[in-house]
Amino acid sequence: MGIVEAILLTVITAATPLVIAALGELVTERSGVLNLGVEGMMIMGAACAFVATQLTGSPYIGILAGILSGALFSLLFGFLTLTLVANQVATGLALTILGLGVSGMIGEAYVGQSGEKLPQIVFPLLSDIPWLGPLLFKQDMIFYLSIALVIGVNWFLFKTRKGLMLRSVGDSHSSAHALGINVIRTRYLAVMFGGACAGLAGAQLSLVYTPQWVENMSAGRGWIALALVVFASWRPWRVVVGGYLFGAVSISQLHAQAFGIGIPSQFLSALPYLATVAVLIIISHNRRTTLINTPASLGKSFVPDR
Amino acid sequence: MRIELEKRPKVSVLFSIFSPFIALILTLIAGAIMFAMLGKDPGYALYSFFIEPLMEVWSLHELAIKAGPLILIAVGLSVCYRSNNWNIGAEGQFIMGAIAGSIIPVVFYEWQSPLVLPLMLVMGMLGGALFAGIPAFLKAHMNTNEILTSLMLVYVAQLFLDWLVRGPWRNPGGMNFPETRTFGAEAILPEMLASGRAHWGFAFAIIAAILVWLMMRFTLKGFEITVLGQSERAGRFAGFSSRKMIWFSMLLSGALAGLAGISEVSGAIQQLRPVISPGYGFTAIIVAFLGRLNPLGIVASGLVLALTYLGGEAAQLSLGVSDKVTRVFQGLLLFFVLSCDTLLHFKIRMVWADLNDTVKDTH
Amino acid sequence: MKKLLFALATSAAVLGFTAAASAQDKAKICFVYVGSKTDGGWTQAHDIGRQELEKALGDKIETQFLENVPEGPDAERAIERLARSGCGVIFTTSFGFMDATIKIAEKFPDVKFEHATGYKSAPNVATYNSRFYEGRYIQGQIAAKISQKGEAGYIASFPIPEVVMGINSFLIGARSVNPEFKIKVVWANTWFDPGKEADAAKALIDQGVDVITQHTDTTAPMQVAAERGIKAFGQASDMIKAGPETQLTAIVDTWGSYYIKRTQAFLDGKWETTSSWDGLKDGILTMAPYTNMPDDVKKMAEETEAKIKSGELKPFTGPLKKQDGSEWLAAGASADDGTLLGMNFYVEGVDDKLPQ
Repeated sequence: MGIVEAILLTVITAATPLVIAALGELVTERSGVLNLGVEGMMIMGAACAFVATQLTGSPYIGILAGILSGALFSLLFGFLTLTLVANQVATGLALTILGLGVSGMIGEAYVGQSGEKLPQIVFPLLSDIPWLGPLLFKQDMIFYLSIALVIGVNWFLFKTRKGLMLRSVGDSHSSAHALGINVIRTRYLAVMFGGACAGLAGAQLSLVYTPQWVENMSAGRGWIALALVVFASWRPWRVVVGGYLFGAVSISQLHAQAFGIGIPSQFLSALPYLATVAVLIIISHNRRTTLINTPASLGKSFVPDR
Repeated sequence: MRIELEKRPKVSVLFSIFSPFIALILTLIAGAIMFAMLGKDPGYALYSFFIEPLMEVWSLHELAIKAGPLILIAVGLSVCYRSNNWNIGAEGQFIMGAIAGSIIPVVFYEWQSPLVLPLMLVMGMLGGALFAGIPAFLKAHMNTNEILTSLMLVYVAQLFLDWLVRGPWRNPGGMNFPETRTFGAEAILPEMLASGRAHWGFAFAIIAAILVWLMMRFTLKGFEITVLGQSERAGRFAGFSSRKMIWFSMLLSGALAGLAGISEVSGAIQQLRPVISPGYGFTAIIVAFLGRLNPLGIVASGLVLALTYLGGEAAQLSLGVSDKVTRVFQGLLLFFVLSCDTLLHFKIRMVWADLNDTVKDTH
Repeated sequence: MKKLLFALATSAAVLGFTAAASAQDKAKICFVYVGSKTDGGWTQAHDIGRQELEKALGDKIETQFLENVPEGPDAERAIERLARSGCGVIFTTSFGFMDATIKIAEKFPDVKFEHATGYKSAPNVATYNSRFYEGRYIQGQIAAKISQKGEAGYIASFPIPEVVMGINSFLIGARSVNPEFKIKVVWANTWFDPGKEADAAKALIDQGVDVITQHTDTTAPMQVAAERGIKAFGQASDMIKAGPETQLTAIVDTWGSYYIKRTQAFLDGKWETTSSWDGLKDGILTMAPYTNMPDDVKKMAEETEAKIKSGELKPFTGPLKKQDGSEWLAAGASADDGTLLGMNFYVEGVDDKLPQ
């Protein structure tokens, strides 16, 4: 295996959780809901996935547990912000505080245990393709899921009626309501999808990236996922590009060090955030692209008039 | 079963008084259940959380130290949020304020004068305001979403501070540890009373809260903020400029966050370190909402939230519960308060779907 | 409502009072942790020390701790709370607690304070630290024997003296076996981020090193090494569970012996301020069993360990040059503790630029 290939493999592992969590949040935001609790849902997913795997011995049950825990946890956010119309920003932050605490309690007895790594699924023949084979066809299930998610989310949002409804809810909830779309139900589903994705991303952390549980192991990746959604200007394929770019920057920074190239690491670490701001400026400078991409009702609560 | 909300024509006075108590009772019940499940005496646990920290003078000082920055930041944020400007980057403005204010005691450490401290405070406010000026400019002139830009800039500020204290500003006498030189005596914000450590940062917070409350209540500016926050269109008819309001509210909240930053550094830490805030800027967002975006309410909610931190420690010691339990408890409290505030603006109706009757569609 | 609260408060106050009264005769020994007590690394090692202390002197003392205490004003409050709650000795176990410890100690002259890894002391503040670098020297020697490529990877946290000292000691040890030995250093800029540590380990392995060592706290690098089939060294605690066929040895922080010694002195009324920097011979750090290596390497490691314990071998002994080629220590001269504790330069042969 050549070094470029090796680096790419590392980048894929580092980028997968970001891409998955960001895709989930993208759908949530497309429906007009801003859930800042991605970090909290992700760490819940990581804890539950690891504990379930250790209890049952099956990492696949672990994945399921991660997804379910993320979705259930997001329901709490949904109930507060959608049913009780509490402020989304504050509730999202509170969700993160709660998630860090609860996950710590769930995982307490499992700290220091070495987990089973999620096995690779090797596609015969395809995995023999030089170069691309091992990168794309000799991976774990969560990686394949992430690819399926990108394609699925893109198809759903832009090619299906339900997707169109979801986007219209995000663009103008009152018009959507007037058209007879159930705004609250749509948003509940979108929030839960976001939670499920964050949970799956957490499962990737504790089953693939580093098969273990330690408190706080998401270490800010949920916040990066939030940044990615914006960086991608709410487009699924750009999430992939952004996620892999982000992964590539952080990994190549480590390689640059090992090669002995000295640039202040803080500068490199700040690049993705500055790039996100730059992208924001570019897309919003032009009013037309803004209108096409940004969900106009983002962060605004909706109460149907009766 | 379904829950339906009905908007009240007016904010309910009854519930604006009682909703915090309802939330508190719910939290006490949920907390009691949680502690009982953990095998701890719930009464004693709740006592440790809410009462023990209030029983001693030193502890009240600590409460003021913890609550000061939260209140100061949240008061600024309340103006932003009331006027519909969603600055969530106060953490970054706090840090940049601390950095700007520290220029004198770190770089020009030889200069000793009574002017040092006032200058530091002014520079701190400027630093925070300028940093908040970035998302303000982008929103006012480029139409860029301020929620996201202000959040992104938090990371930039954190990394900038990290670079400073590990690089150019590192204490030459500090054995290479990542921290700046400690501030000289004239650069330290003094304590308010002889009885404890609480410094003037808390007084700034209270003064700011009162001033902003007066502004919101009695001045045209306050009216302008409210009108523009409720409807940009209505504001335009009244001749108010939403663009100017973006600048005003963002700069004000940035300045207050910056003041909180430099007060914290000068009053409590007395040097810069890679991390100077345990997330004050984010916690203050919650404080702002718990206080219902009312500066006086924010004073109360800031104190309550600070109390849960102190109480969490007390509970760790007296009950031997882990620090995760205290964080869960804090999360519960936040959720209950946030959800109970719904009662202010809405009537809640439970709609029970009766299985025997055919359900009538209300839509 | 008010009545209820009052009843709660009084009943709880009574409870608290009785609880305090029954514990009156035992001395209270307290700990302040910067991380979670189950972090699998630094803080956990201290907590294991606390448990050993309880086991050894449990009939005379009780222990209390506060975990996840942020450095800064929060630390001051936490330490003060402990001082007020009647603790006899308070161990503050992070470098960042240094100024807070000194400040609170001034206010409570009758309470004894012990601060880990700092350099400021007072009549009632002792400091303690561990000569981790002694273990790193042994690791370096083992790495030089085991590595086929003659190059080890080093995952470092932050360029503070402690870490720089470890890198130097590792290389000096390695070069005592193979004068051509090299190390690649990667700064993860974190003590604790399993993902990032794993990434750093992968980067190093991909660049061709076949032994890695870490100065960060999680077992993630060990897991990566196990997966890639190379060898690695554990840090802070025995990480053999994460790599049964991977771990060569680990530097295990065994603070318990120190905690017992100092608490005993306190109970005997003989506590004095000291600044102790103990090493392998005092048992404040121990080497995990030498595993996954040929017998001759194991024998060499054990001999080196014995020599360090007896004082016959000091890792930082000349002739040594600094990285820029200038003379540092003449033949036979040993570095003094002051220089080591403030170490901000590499020795000759480290292939990295020290971040400044």
